[in-house]
Amino acid sequence: MARSKPGARNARRNAQAAGRAQHQADVYTRMAGEEGFLELKRRYQRFAFPATIAFMVWYITYVICNNWARDFMRTPVIGNINVAVVFGLLQFASTFAIAFFYARHAGKALDPLAEKLRLDFEKETGQ
Amino acid sequence: MINLLVPMATGNRALTIGLFLVVVALTLGITFWASRQNKTTADYYAGGRSFTGFQNGLAIGGDYMSAASFLGISGSIALYGYDGFLYSIGFLVAWLVALLLVAELLRNSGRYTMADQLAYRMRQTPVRSAAASSTIVVSIFYLLAQMVGAGSLVGLLLGVTSPGLKNLVIVGVGVLMIIYVTFGGMKGTTWVQIVKAVLLMIGTLLITVLVLAKFGFNLSELLGAAAEKSGKGAAFLEPGQLYGKDLVGKFDFLSLGLALVLGTAGLPHILIRFYTTPTAQAARKSVLWAIGLIGSFYLMTLVLGFGAAALVDTSKGSEVATSSGNAASPLLAQAVGGGEGTLGGAILLAAISAVAFATILAVVAGLTLTSASSVAHDLYASVFKKGQASEKSELIVVRIAAFAIGAVAIALAIPAQRLNIAFLVALAFAVAASANLPALIFNLFWRRFNTLGATCSIYGGLICAVVLVIFSPVGSGTATSLAPGMDFAWFPLRNPGLVSIPFGFLCGIVGTLISKDTSSQLRYDELSVRSLTGAGAEKATVH
Repeated sequence: MARSKPGARNARRNAQAAGRAQHQADVYTRMAGEEGFLELKRRYQRFAFPATIAFMVWYITYVICNNWARDFMRTPVIGNINVAVVFGLLQFASTFAIAFFYARHAGKALDPLAEKLRLDFEKETGQ
Repeated sequence: MINLLVPMATGNRALTIGLFLVVVALTLGITFWASRQNKTTADYYAGGRSFTGFQNGLAIGGDYMSAASFLGISGSIALYGYDGFLYSIGFLVAWLVALLLVAELLRNSGRYTMADQLAYRMRQTPVRSAAASSTIVVSIFYLLAQMVGAGSLVGLLLGVTSPGLKNLVIVGVGVLMIIYVTFGGMKGTTWVQIVKAVLLMIGTLLITVLVLAKFGFNLSELLGAAAEKSGKGAAFLEPGQLYGKDLVGKFDFLSLGLALVLGTAGLPHILIRFYTTPTAQAARKSVLWAIGLIGSFYLMTLVLGFGAAALVDTSKGSEVATSSGNAASPLLAQAVGGGEGTLGGAILLAAISAVAFATILAVVAGLTLTSASSVAHDLYASVFKKGQASEKSELIVVRIAAFAIGAVAIALAIPAQRLNIAFLVALAFAVAASANLPALIFNLFWRRFNTLGATCSIYGGLICAVVLVIFSPVGSGTATSLAPGMDFAWFPLRNPGLVSIPFGFLCGIVGTLISKDTSSQLRYDELSVRSLTGAGAEKATVH
């Protein structure tokens, strides 16, 4: 008798926790099919995927030019600065630019919507 | 990286040692301050998730910019001109993978280790074992390279030549890193990295400005002077001095380029840094800061490298050449400070040496913490104890693991000094790109991906990369190979990435498709919602 009481309490607590977890899982699944989340996913992918392809192609082009387009790379541009140096510096510039534009896109198009969905989720699951 | 050791005959050794001791005292002070705040596992593994985007950005820079990139890249430019610059471009562009595809999503869906994210919707034991294996292999490779480099570098900077003293340096660095990690945890390690990043940026900026001032802030003039002094003329400013001399060399360079750009976002010690911020937005900000810092740092190493080529003796047999370029930046600092024998030269030489020392300490601490976390959190708490380990026991195990990993690293680094282990960093990037990145990307973006796919891509990429290196000219067949007397090399490329990265992705696809397991799809929606919105993500701890 003395031992069964905490045992029962534990069982009740476990059942409650399992119930909460199930409820949470249901909310996740439902949200995944709702327009708000699908829109967020579209907005994220619309930037991230093309940008990834673009910088990979741009970077691999640079690597390939270093290997197989050396005449082009040694063309002088200004003074002692040649195409190879400019191309290398442009890799820095493009990296900074993509980072900047992604930050702007995320701040405008992703964060407000993600925040709204997160608050909805927390309201519903009581977190 | 460096096999030969020539003492830096100049500069004031007492001053250098004094500054080294200041670095040690400062970092130990930080560690003991941080040790009093480590109460929970979230504190120990993730610094309580309380670092701001800017702080974590600095720490990422501190974790990422190793002595190999500080001394190695500028030295490589000093010796080989333009080709030395190519490493830094791969190292920087790689951050876009982390920014666009990994950092925020990982922050929202993991807790402490890389495996947390991979095991989110998979069977725990096999996936965590696989992820822990690759975490430990990558971190130990990287750590060994850093430790052996540390022995040579500190020897070079202090003018120590005897092998006994170099071993002592390795043991000393190892003991320091064990202290940082066991007592300071993520909080202590992060602050050590922040301090190092600030010192590194200030030191590099100072030398860069002094070098540019000598050339009227005209890049063309600097390049011209470097090309002329190098004795190679215009060819010094063009690709081809170091990489791609023949067809195999060209493919080797392509392979290296791929591993560099895809490896960063799969390096476990970088990934766990994203858990130290309170939100995904802060994780994004930290990557943006990191890109700014790392990018400007590599631009400055360009000036440092060409500056050294123009202002320091880099001819055959010179100190720069015999140290494989590692002495270039410190000697350049001495030259722009006023030259050998002047007070300004001695101060700048000592200061840059101390910065290089701080750099080594911060990077090895981050690597040790990463492996120890994976041992305690993935192997002990999840695989061995099936998630039933108490927080207290996990915190004890992680400290024991840090101690053991540190001891192993010291024990391996001492004999490894005789070997040419420069390939280990490139190999760590190749494994990260071949084993970790495919699993992370598939887990986030491919609903069908399952446990067998995850374990196949991790083990497949890992084993493929390591085996190809063993059977490459790095392993045998040349005078600088690990086994110089034998020849069992059949794979021509020194860097395995060109084959092992596609192989890792392929293993993930094949493993997924041959398995009928669909249970991982049940939680895919949950993972997607959580990773993109932050709903249900781990929160910062409040003290």
